[in-house]
Amino acid sequence: MTIVPVIKRDYITKLAEQGKRIDGRNFDQYRNIEIETKVVNKAEGSARVKIGNTQVLVGIKIGLGEPFDDSPNMGVLSTAAELIPLASPDFESGPPRENAIELARVVDRGVRESQVVDVEKLVVTAGEKVWIVFIDIHVLDYDGNLFDAASLGALAALSTTVIPAKRFEKELPEGYPKEDFPLPMSEPPISCTAVKINDYVLFDSCFDEEIIADARLTVATDHNGDIRAMQKGLSGSFTREEIQKVIKGALDNGQEIRKKLYQSTGK
Amino acid sequence: MKSDIELITNEGKRLDGRGPHDLRKVKIEAGVLHRADGSCYLEWGGNKVLAAVYGPREAVPRHTQNPLRAIVQARYNMAAFSVEDRKRPGPDRRSVEISKVISEALEKVILTEQFPRASIDVNIEVLDAEAGTRCAGLTAAAVALVDAGIPMRDIPVACAAGKINGQVVLDLGKEEDNFGDADLPISISPRTGEVLLLQMDGHLTVDEFNQAFDLAVKGCHTVSEIQKKAIMHKYQSVAAEVQE
Repeated sequence: MTIVPVIKRDYITKLAEQGKRIDGRNFDQYRNIEIETKVVNKAEGSARVKIGNTQVLVGIKIGLGEPFDDSPNMGVLSTAAELIPLASPDFESGPPRENAIELARVVDRGVRESQVVDVEKLVVTAGEKVWIVFIDIHVLDYDGNLFDAASLGALAALSTTVIPAKRFEKELPEGYPKEDFPLPMSEPPISCTAVKINDYVLFDSCFDEEIIADARLTVATDHNGDIRAMQKGLSGSFTREEIQKVIKGALDNGQEIRKKLYQSTGK
Repeated sequence: MKSDIELITNEGKRLDGRGPHDLRKVKIEAGVLHRADGSCYLEWGGNKVLAAVYGPREAVPRHTQNPLRAIVQARYNMAAFSVEDRKRPGPDRRSVEISKVISEALEKVILTEQFPRASIDVNIEVLDAEAGTRCAGLTAAAVALVDAGIPMRDIPVACAAGKINGQVVLDLGKEEDNFGDADLPISISPRTGEVLLLQMDGHLTVDEFNQAFDLAVKGCHTVSEIQKKAIMHKYQSVAAEVQE
């Protein structure tokens, strides 16, 4: 479209030939990660995650509602992402578009498929009333790698979530506990994303790397070292060796990020 | 809705322990976002607000352009998780109205004639809400505009006063807003005292209005000092970095 990405691409690939990146990191190295929990009082759970300059705020709201017809014995999870114009000169207001929807769905899948939230314990009256968990992802500052920041934010926020049973006292049936209790959770999987530029695979891309990337691969791994979710994006391709490389990097980085997550949530 | 709860005692003590003329705690930080041209994070009691400024940049779609000056587009938005019952994401009638009055207030002080055909976009995100978000939002937006280097006649500032249990007080808290008698948010240009934004709902006598107005103006000046400190702090830290 414009000349700037062409120049940047030239610069980034020339550096990559020498084994370097624009901010001096190694190819498989993450930027500094900061996780802060309980940042929003009105939310039942919340977390702010910074990966380098990228900043994401995730808030959890809990409500009561009906279960889906096909799963009467399960609570409901709902994930939404907003790419608000505050976060980047290129984001526009209005209903979520492609990018926001993909982001929300990838985070949703990570949370849902890994069964990190025990939805069966969210039933109040089977088939009639269940707890609904709303995960709202708010991107505050976009400098690349939203997938990892958003999924880490969602996990940190969920880990600190409290079900406000006391506030819903009047709507709960007799015999159901009326005291607030923590959201039932199990071990979280950690998402790590790499991009491919020419033949180089770079983890945790910053904005300049991301806009010229050919392909992107997200791998979520759990504490046993198993893979729990994957998502490839963009129009480029990966070879088998490159996929192996991304999985290895995702496992190594995932270990470190998991430690940070536990530290920040006190678990 | 009126309530029997006592919002203020006869001794003038309010629910959160403040006196009638006390502000909630205000904390402002300038330049907190990387991608924005200017930004500000503000805490005002239990309110947490982020503001980001983009521009001046070409106004799109083109028919919105003004050949003589820049347009100012503020967008006030509440996070879904910022309130007790989850708010459906996206603009509603309330936020559209607030965006409009804030845009107009800011437009008055910005030297828009310097940027024909341009747009100055101000994004205000309420992350945590506890009464008085429009004042908090406008105050944060003003600091973000300064941080973006937008030329302005003054740094606007906002603050509310109101009436609870028949008494005029400064800066309504959550219960006071819900169960109080009146709320009067205003924004002024502190150098000249011009009123940039004024809204009122509830019931006030003329006398009470004058009291509340003067009180709100006083509150504005207090917050204005905190704004200036935050901006100075940003520039001093940049200056210190350069000297290193």
